[in-house]
Amino acid sequence: MYVNRSAPHGTIYAHEGLEVVLVGAAFDQEVSMAFVGDGVFQLKQAQDTSGIGTKNFAGAYRALADYDVTRLYVETESLEERGLTVGDLMPLTYEDDEDDDQEKSSITLIDRASLGQLFEAQDVILNF
Amino acid sequence: MKFALMINQGPYTHQASDTAYHFACAVLKAGHEVFRIFFYHDGVNNATRMTTPPQDDRHVIDRWSELASQHKLDLVVCVAAAQRRGILDEDEARRHGKDGDNLAPGFRISGLGQLIEAGIEADRFLVFGN
Amino acid sequence: MLHTVNKSPYQSDALTTCFGLAQPGSAVLLIEDGIYGAMNNTKFSTAIVIAQQCCTIYVLEPDLQARGFDSDCIMNAIQTIDYDGFVSLAETYSVVQAW
Repeated sequence: MYVNRSAPHGTIYAHEGLEVVLVGAAFDQEVSMAFVGDGVFQLKQAQDTSGIGTKNFAGAYRALADYDVTRLYVETESLEERGLTVGDLMPLTYEDDEDDDQEKSSITLIDRASLGQLFEAQDVILNF
Repeated sequence: MKFALMINQGPYTHQASDTAYHFACAVLKAGHEVFRIFFYHDGVNNATRMTTPPQDDRHVIDRWSELASQHKLDLVVCVAAAQRRGILDEDEARRHGKDGDNLAPGFRISGLGQLIEAGIEADRFLVFGN
Repeated sequence: MLHTVNKSPYQSDALTTCFGLAQPGSAVLLIEDGIYGAMNNTKFSTAIVIAQQCCTIYVLEPDLQARGFDSDCIMNAIQTIDYDGFVSLAETYSVVQAW
């Protein structure tokens, strides 16, 4: 599981973390991503870096589904503490080939207690 | 037991590389294998042989090189992260028309796949600095 | 799971986040600037006591010493370990999460 705890743009962690996820997708491992703390800001919709001249990698989150990365867990408490709701996040979807190619959301809201349990079930955790 | 380490901060500003070094020594002392140490983000700055600390300070880079040579460690620097930060081996320097290279002995430059492989292969995976 | 925290709790929410997510039976190892979270009589003392009800908390002694503290300065029931002890913890807990 890739655990994202950094806000985008202020540091490179979100950007270089996403590069790891995209490369890792070639390895045929069961992967998921968690967004905790300031990491939830990575998924904020309408990011526009044209004014600061840095690369806007937000579009790459939309490509995750093409790499079969379709389980993105967002911690509910982190969103609430930051005054955000799921509606403020990019709509990320995938087509579920096990369910008649229905379009489903890649984003799952998860509370802190459940996320802690989910961490315990991982073989490897990479944090960015 | 097979250990893999990931180092995400550069030397001297952050302690992460020091902690990872002492941890790696303790892992080897305990008779375990260090499968790979992967340098990412500013961690790639641990791999420049141009580093010249004052003589009364530890030499973080040489220390890694020496440990690698003593224990045949695989020190891998992410190519994309390294190029962003000006860490180049001879081949990369030539390919990009640069006037010099700076990769320290014992390190090699490779892709992120090496990180993923380390996570899969190792029994224990630890991250230092973030 | 073994959690490592390397940031001062006064500067980062790493320790608080870690405590919020750690499951019963976990170990938390404070290293580098993370050791400031282990001190007696701080605004984090209550959080430490609560966390100790379900987790075992350790502090890396070389980092404690480097910053001018010893085991008398840290809260009861926090254990000090050295780098060998850090390796032992990593042997015991198969997954390590760095905060």
